[in-house]
Amino acid sequence: MAFWILAPIMVVAALGILFVRKAVHAALLLAVVMISLAVLYAVLDAPFLFAVQIIVYTGAILMLFLFVLMLVGVDASDSVVETIRGQRAMATVLGLLLGLVLVTGFSQIALGTAVGLDEANEGGNIQQLANVLFSRYVFAFEATSALLITAAMGAMVLAHRERLTPKSTQSSLAAQRMRDYAETGKHLGPLPSPGVYARHNAVDTPALLPDGTASELSVSRVLAARGTVRSAPAFADDIDEVRRQLAAGRSDATADPDRMPEQGGKDGAPATTEEDVPR
Amino acid sequence: MTNEYIVLSAILFTIGCVGVLTRRNAIVVFMCVELMLNACNLALVTFAKQHGNLDGQIAAFFVMVVAAAEVVIGLAIIMTIFRTRRSASVDDASLLKY
Repeated sequence: MAFWILAPIMVVAALGILFVRKAVHAALLLAVVMISLAVLYAVLDAPFLFAVQIIVYTGAILMLFLFVLMLVGVDASDSVVETIRGQRAMATVLGLLLGLVLVTGFSQIALGTAVGLDEANEGGNIQQLANVLFSRYVFAFEATSALLITAAMGAMVLAHRERLTPKSTQSSLAAQRMRDYAETGKHLGPLPSPGVYARHNAVDTPALLPDGTASELSVSRVLAARGTVRSAPAFADDIDEVRRQLAAGRSDATADPDRMPEQGGKDGAPATTEEDVPR
Repeated sequence: MTNEYIVLSAILFTIGCVGVLTRRNAIVVFMCVELMLNACNLALVTFAKQHGNLDGQIAAFFVMVVAAAEVVIGLAIIMTIFRTRRSASVDDASLLKY
């Protein structure tokens, strides 16, 4: 029963790996296949492999894939250029042929009724696996330990990067700033903070320069690249909107339309200054 | 009763095979290799049940260990290539051709 539910899901997810453009989506589809496989192991009387499949494959290996994807760049998608002409079509045809041969071959043979693992799993699957693993396969087991430690060392050596330039310290950064100031006149102090207005103090609102233009230095480069930085007229529209809502909200007798929060300031201060006069 | 498991494992293996041949991103190619290893594991576990014998499960366990080691090294190599060539495409790593 579990097989007939999971098998179509696995085949569809595996086919998805072939067709999705982004590597992250392929990794997620692979996770679907692996978790379904783990359930099939449980159905096939292999509870130890069920746990190992989830812990090692979906837990460790897929996380490693995702980490490397983040390092390499999530949007590193496939190029469509073929270096060998007709390679894609040939590969598809050959793959279909291989699949056809395998599937027809396996469906023509009759394996007969399964013996089942009830006898072999006597006293627990894990205990019996340990019996076999630490008697007949003990040399292979020791060899895998050597293999794993070699792989760990190899990964460390491959991923290690020598520092070619000395590490920049606080004093060297300060000296660099002074040098930049002397040579190009670059501003010494910290970058300007984003605009803080009566109703907007989010990081995507640029500070306004004295002539009314937005200061590009005051918003993060990332936000500018995403195109989510807002412009000054948009804030003004928002403020008008809020002001109208406020005016509608306090239509009772105590309301004083001249004393809006963004114009008020301290008690006794003039309600409007020269800057607040609309042009 | 175990026939359909073998057929499913053959289908998954074929899909992994085609993926290795057609995809260009080295990481996706690697994922397809993992898919082929998983398909083999399914066949091994199925045969363990078919023959009432735990050797198949032990073999699947060893395949998992080797796959873990292989993924670690392979991804480290992909990262090293990406660092020097700024690309994860298998077509760009063709210096040995010339």
